[in-house]
Amino acid sequence: MGALQILGFVGPSVNWWALLPQIILLGAALVILLVSALAPQRTTTAFVTVTTLCSAVTSSIIAIGLWNDVQTEGPSSSIASAFGIDGFSIFFTMLILIGLAATALLSHDYLDREGIDPPEFHALLLCSAAGAIVMASANDLIVMFLGLEALSIGIYVMIAMHHRRSEARESAIKYFVLGAFSSAFLLYGIALTYGATGSTNLVHVRNYLDVVVFRDQHLLMAAMALLLVGLSFKVAAAPFHFWAPDVYQGAPSPVTGWMASIAKAAGFAALLRIFFAAFASHDVDWAPVVGVLALITLVIGAVMAILQTDVKRMLAFSSVSHAGYVLVAVHAASAEGTSAALFYLFTYTIMVLGTFAVVGAIGTDDEHPLSRYAGLGRSRPVLAIGFTVLLFAQAGIPVTSGFIAKFQVIAAAVNNESYFIAGAAMMTAVIGAFMYLRIVMVMYVTDEEKERTSRTWHWTTSAVVIAAVGFTILIGVVPQFLIEFAEDAVPILIRG
Amino acid sequence: MIQLVAAQSASSFPVLNALIIVPIVGALVVVLLPNSRPELMRPVGAIFASIAGALSLYVMAQFSIHEAGFQFQSVQSWIPNLGINWHVGVDGISLWLVVLTGLITPIVLIAVDPHHDPKPYTAWLLLLQAGSFGAFLALDLFLFFVMFEIVLVPMYMLIGGWGYDDRRYAATKFFLYTMAGSALMLVAIVSVATLSAGNQDITFNVIELAQRQALSTNTARLCFLAFALAFVIKVPIVPVHTWLPDAHTQAPTAGSVVLAAVMLKLGTYGLLRFGLYLFPEASVWAAPTLATLGVIGVIYGAIVATMQKDLKRLVAYSSIAHMGFIVLGIFAFTTQSLEGGVLQMINHGLSTGALFLMVGMLYERRKTRAIEELSGIQSAAPVFAGFFTVIMLSSIGVPGLNGFVGEFLVLIGSYETRRWWTVIAATGVILAALYLLWAYQRVFHGEPTPDDEQTPDLTLKEGLVLAPFIVGIVFLGLYPKPLLERIEPAVDGLISHLEQHSDYVQPDVGAPVVVDESHVSEDDH
Repeated sequence: MGALQILGFVGPSVNWWALLPQIILLGAALVILLVSALAPQRTTTAFVTVTTLCSAVTSSIIAIGLWNDVQTEGPSSSIASAFGIDGFSIFFTMLILIGLAATALLSHDYLDREGIDPPEFHALLLCSAAGAIVMASANDLIVMFLGLEALSIGIYVMIAMHHRRSEARESAIKYFVLGAFSSAFLLYGIALTYGATGSTNLVHVRNYLDVVVFRDQHLLMAAMALLLVGLSFKVAAAPFHFWAPDVYQGAPSPVTGWMASIAKAAGFAALLRIFFAAFASHDVDWAPVVGVLALITLVIGAVMAILQTDVKRMLAFSSVSHAGYVLVAVHAASAEGTSAALFYLFTYTIMVLGTFAVVGAIGTDDEHPLSRYAGLGRSRPVLAIGFTVLLFAQAGIPVTSGFIAKFQVIAAAVNNESYFIAGAAMMTAVIGAFMYLRIVMVMYVTDEEKERTSRTWHWTTSAVVIAAVGFTILIGVVPQFLIEFAEDAVPILIRG
Repeated sequence: MIQLVAAQSASSFPVLNALIIVPIVGALVVVLLPNSRPELMRPVGAIFASIAGALSLYVMAQFSIHEAGFQFQSVQSWIPNLGINWHVGVDGISLWLVVLTGLITPIVLIAVDPHHDPKPYTAWLLLLQAGSFGAFLALDLFLFFVMFEIVLVPMYMLIGGWGYDDRRYAATKFFLYTMAGSALMLVAIVSVATLSAGNQDITFNVIELAQRQALSTNTARLCFLAFALAFVIKVPIVPVHTWLPDAHTQAPTAGSVVLAAVMLKLGTYGLLRFGLYLFPEASVWAAPTLATLGVIGVIYGAIVATMQKDLKRLVAYSSIAHMGFIVLGIFAFTTQSLEGGVLQMINHGLSTGALFLMVGMLYERRKTRAIEELSGIQSAAPVFAGFFTVIMLSSIGVPGLNGFVGEFLVLIGSYETRRWWTVIAATGVILAALYLLWAYQRVFHGEPTPDDEQTPDLTLKEGLVLAPFIVGIVFLGLYPKPLLERIEPAVDGLISHLEQHSDYVQPDVGAPVVVDESHVSEDDH
């Protein structure tokens, strides 16, 4: 392998510095488990949460350092070109760390309330985050698969940890079975990619496809199709979304937030790296398929969302339709589209974490009928307005980050001359907006005065909501720096 | 956004930016006021709205009369990576709409008591004012879209929070209808900017895009249709008007007034600024259809208004008829018809705004708006009836009041290019007299029921609130010159832009440039 010689090292070079964010997360997971085994009485929820937060913060600081390195010295790769250290991977690393911190804060209250053992939950969360980072950074399909499994297995268990609720267990089984199913598709796709190109390394795949013209590319087409199906399951794109409403509904709210944000973002990271970066020369083959997928996802997400009465199911379908938007950006198969997708995922992640923070705090018993929100505008005006901002942002109303994100997706589609898809995306946004407006109306316009459990909120939940709302409006007004961040993060595959 | 406060040129005060920012600051101040002092909310809000109103008057005073281009322009880089700027400016077409927005909001804040939750009510109204200013002033397509869509939120909240029984349905319908219209406009905005770019940098600057005219005929027509759909829904033109009666009827009085006086104008203003200006050829191509729809609106609105049982709904349908006139004026493409259209926007804002205000006052007194439950109000509340009469006559278009000047200009201007449309639209004037006078007769004349006898007359405060409307109505009716001489250069510029970029030529008529009193008095319908 060329990697062996390039830096003059003997043996596969490992850039430990670049791997440090994941190592810190896994180290924190081990520390939590060790301490909880040795001193069970000392491992309070507060201790565990603080440990997770500290690891997230430390990792982010390192990630910022890495970002600066990459911006000045250019991208590189490590471990025999299996692990990419580029703007793209660090972009997602930061996003995942933000998600990790938010989920840790949200679970703090939830775990105490529901009497779930915090050390195990946090250890799994940290492993899951490390898996997501590996998945987003992987430069090799096998490594990507490892990351995906680490991400997913953590989630399976976190869903099921609420052992007193049968819905949680049902949800975990459903997600596990379908997750395993989709992993099988993905693996098969990886195998066929290897068959078609002779490598699982994305750089090799790309270089091979650049120079080789197939007389018969059925094998490659099948590989692309299987990879697309496998990842579509993970990002909950229609028609592979059927698990999403049930699983979102049954899972504990902080875990739902984690699934809707980070699991989806990591899935899209893999999708972009495989299709936009590695299969770039075959975009005429995959882009139309992604376009059709995007259309189906947008329509199903929007139409099904308005038929729901359970808020968590509504948000599940809304997350399906958001996947559709990102797919529209992926469909453009351009640097502009990719940076639009990155921007979208970043802003969407923060919106959705804030949204599920509110949902989790209101649905204290994990029941989420719409009527639970009745009169919130009167009884909790600050919370209600924050939730309204987050919902409007998801509907893509201006002065929120959601609008800027949607605008960039539309701009990417128009630049690609996909006017029909752009128009359809905007029209489904109107259908989808009905659902968000319905929640807002229930909060503000209600005739019946319900008795309310005036539970004091844990400050961690409020902090997440406030931060999410603040970020959403800030990006809605001054999006420039995040746009630049996303543009600098467009993937460049590099061998090294 | 903070650096926006700093002008791009230190020498001139960026008054247009201040117009948008002052109400936002006001909304923040109101939000931060203590909840224990609900009585402070509206006065503080009214102060900020009045400052904005005073600034709009300052703009009017400083506006140089014989200039066709955009004045007070201010450009700030906003999202350079996407070629988006914060670009505001005012010309003769937007000037009076800005003044209208500046004056209506403080009046509404002072006039209408929300009965509950004054804090969010005041804040939403201020944000509505800021957004409306922004939409009228924006010279960047992206900025315009942001403002065009963001005004939905405060209005939605006002209808939903302070409206009547069916407010949930009406608010959602209003929001979704308008959003559906603007959905395709966003695609068109991006398309126009992208396709006009060519080798140059992408820009959303309206002036620049209007000069480039780089789109092929078909593309321009498709983009025009996408823009027009958004504006036609906002105007609204039949058959996409169905949100309006519901929104108006269910909205609180303040919402109805601002909706009629300011927000509907976004549609006709948009047609002028972004339809005619950006897509001259496509506008000429689509003019017969749109003028026809406008005339249908005039007749349909009038006929349906006649049948209404609810006074507020009647005024709402009369709005549709009036806005139809404006659309006809816009798509007749003559100096007079466009002038009349712009003037009629202001007139409609004054008369319909005031009508909604008075219907609201009547509802406060009698808790009903049903025409059949009201009778003989005149004997119980003569002053009230007198104010109502003046405003109603202005809405009908009686000579000497503002409505006549606008309608007359639209009709005389349109007659040159759209003769038969004008003939039919002119009957709408008669129908307006029919439905308004008939409604007046049923509500104010006749034998008062015991309930009606106790209707209190107009209070001094209400009189003072209505006084600006009456002054405006009479002043514009007798002496519209100050408005017309500021509108005319912009309108002429727009028409020569049309002639330059399409095969349309304005017929040469030696018509009077400015209508003055002598014309008002010599003609009647």
